[in-house]
Amino acid sequence: MAVSESAPAIAADLTQDQLRSMYRDMVLGRLLDERILVLNRQGRAPFAISGQGHEAAQVGVGYALRRGHDWLVPYYRDLTLVMVMGMEPKDHLMASLGRAQDPNSGARQMPGHYGSRAHNIVTTGSPVATQILHAVGVATAFKYRGEDKVVVTSVGEGGTSEGDWHEGLNWAAVHRLPVVFLVENNSYAISVPQSLQMAVAHVADRGPGYGMPAATVDGGDCLAVYAAAREAVDRARRGEGPTLLEAVCMRLQSHSSDDDQRRYRSPDDLAQMRERDPLERFRRQLEEIGVLSEGDADTIRKDCQRVIEAAQAEADAAAPPDPATALRHVYQEG
Amino acid sequence: MAQMTYVEAIRGALEEEMRRDDRVLVMGEDVGAKGGVFGATAGLFQEFGEERVIDTPLAEAAIVGVSIGCALAGLRPVAEIQFLDFIPPAMDQIINEAAKIRYRSNGDWSCPMVIRAPSGGGVHVHGALYHSQSLEALFAHVPGLKVVIPSTPADAKGLLLSAIRDPDPVCFFEHKALYRSLREEVPDGEHLVPIGKSRVAREGADLSCITYGATVHEALTAAERMGHDGIEVEVLDLRTVRPLDREAIIATARKTGKVLVCHEANLAVGVGAEVAAIVAEECFQQLDAPVMRLGGPEVPAIPFAEPLAEVYCLGPEKIEAKLRQLAAY
Repeated sequence: MAVSESAPAIAADLTQDQLRSMYRDMVLGRLLDERILVLNRQGRAPFAISGQGHEAAQVGVGYALRRGHDWLVPYYRDLTLVMVMGMEPKDHLMASLGRAQDPNSGARQMPGHYGSRAHNIVTTGSPVATQILHAVGVATAFKYRGEDKVVVTSVGEGGTSEGDWHEGLNWAAVHRLPVVFLVENNSYAISVPQSLQMAVAHVADRGPGYGMPAATVDGGDCLAVYAAAREAVDRARRGEGPTLLEAVCMRLQSHSSDDDQRRYRSPDDLAQMRERDPLERFRRQLEEIGVLSEGDADTIRKDCQRVIEAAQAEADAAAPPDPATALRHVYQEG
Repeated sequence: MAQMTYVEAIRGALEEEMRRDDRVLVMGEDVGAKGGVFGATAGLFQEFGEERVIDTPLAEAAIVGVSIGCALAGLRPVAEIQFLDFIPPAMDQIINEAAKIRYRSNGDWSCPMVIRAPSGGGVHVHGALYHSQSLEALFAHVPGLKVVIPSTPADAKGLLLSAIRDPDPVCFFEHKALYRSLREEVPDGEHLVPIGKSRVAREGADLSCITYGATVHEALTAAERMGHDGIEVEVLDLRTVRPLDREAIIATARKTGKVLVCHEANLAVGVGAEVAAIVAEECFQQLDAPVMRLGGPEVPAIPFAEPLAEVYCLGPEKIEAKLRQLAAY
């Protein structure tokens, strides 16, 4: 596997403040994800889908984008990435509890179906890989208008078996569109392992087949992902076309709140994965290079906890949607 | 005013709208240098260039899915599916994505786009099973979509302009048999026909024939023949099958008390069933006969050989026979 090693040189264009902010975003995503699972187990959130283990990859990609300028067409594990783009914990707690103020859908969709026009995050549904084609269309519009914007779209490795994924990569390469295809490969599509999903070792092996640069990067190494994503995003912004970027992640939790991965993964597998938790890796890395001092990580964690407590208090107090609104927004009104 | 065929009216509408609004793009298979397999985009590539008239890979889901992305990013794409028969690979994008984008985002996002596709078969077309289907009922079932089926050159232009300017996804289905068989006056410039409004194609007091698309012309021929015998048939051209023009359907049913609904598409669970249900629910007291329907038989599509195709297709004779049955009731 052509895994890039992160090195201080890669992070040279990131300030110490940015590095601390990256770590904080990872922690905020993890703690919020954990809180949502707790709400599910308490019977308060009917459904939850977790992105734990993907935070480093998502922060690495998110920081390679220009917030408020570039676009994201996400998938359901991108809790941390959509927050890097500008969404807040409150938004997702509103969604989990089915509140009217859920900005993704007004509590019409299951939680984890992200979308926010204000943050250039395209609305997403449940079918897998349909979003790939939307990103290609968004990139078509950028190119047509001569804008220097880039769109990132993400999917799991299972989604790369869908026809829409193939059609999207092919089209984007033909037209050299400013899109980055991020595959967050966590080795499992619900219970089906990668070996039953494709006959190649890495999703990125398919890049040459589309005439597209491709890279596999350690998705647990935030700075390595950042470096690879910067390269891809910069290439797209220069008008040099799309990139296939595969981030090898880990799925720390089951597929969703309705799944139990202990039924199809070994205890050893699950234990080894936890030892490589990307949050711990990044904390140690930042402590080694002196970006985080002793106690900083705790302070950041407590600060994130306070943000989530306040967000949950607000979501707890928020109203459910008015039944009178259920028939609205099928077509443009007025 | 200029005399135009149906396909010329469509081409003209695309050209006018692309000149007026630089957000309008056309994409599909062979729409570029060739100008489309039926010539509906002829000359557009030469005038507007490859950035606005995009020859796509042979991938229907992508044609629709990429168009959705363009619409989300502020453009007004017009996607061409070469034949309606080949739209099933794009159904996920149409039903699960385009149709649901406004609702699922609680009005935050919208998807203003047009999906054009030639449909239908019949005499002199010989498209057989995979170049002749009338699949409109599949789309008319889906909230979030609009489904438009013009029957004349003037309506083809006026409805296409309205479809491109519509804030929601519009399926625009063109009957192949009409492309070059009709020529009529088409108004110049801003000729907008509203989506969701039907047209009385022929007035009559005795019977109502509710239909759309190419079948309108077959119904008109049948109605003229009936007129020679003093039976006046009103022909209502629906123009749009979602949303249906309920008011006009109810008005003609109450006026005549006898209704035949006919379409080329398969009869069972078709658009005609919905029209018949509206009449039954709203006009029961005014009806002098049960609502009758005429449509494609229980076979998958129109067969190739002429003797087989004739069994499937309606034509004025079958419509006239049904109308006479209704008149005698």
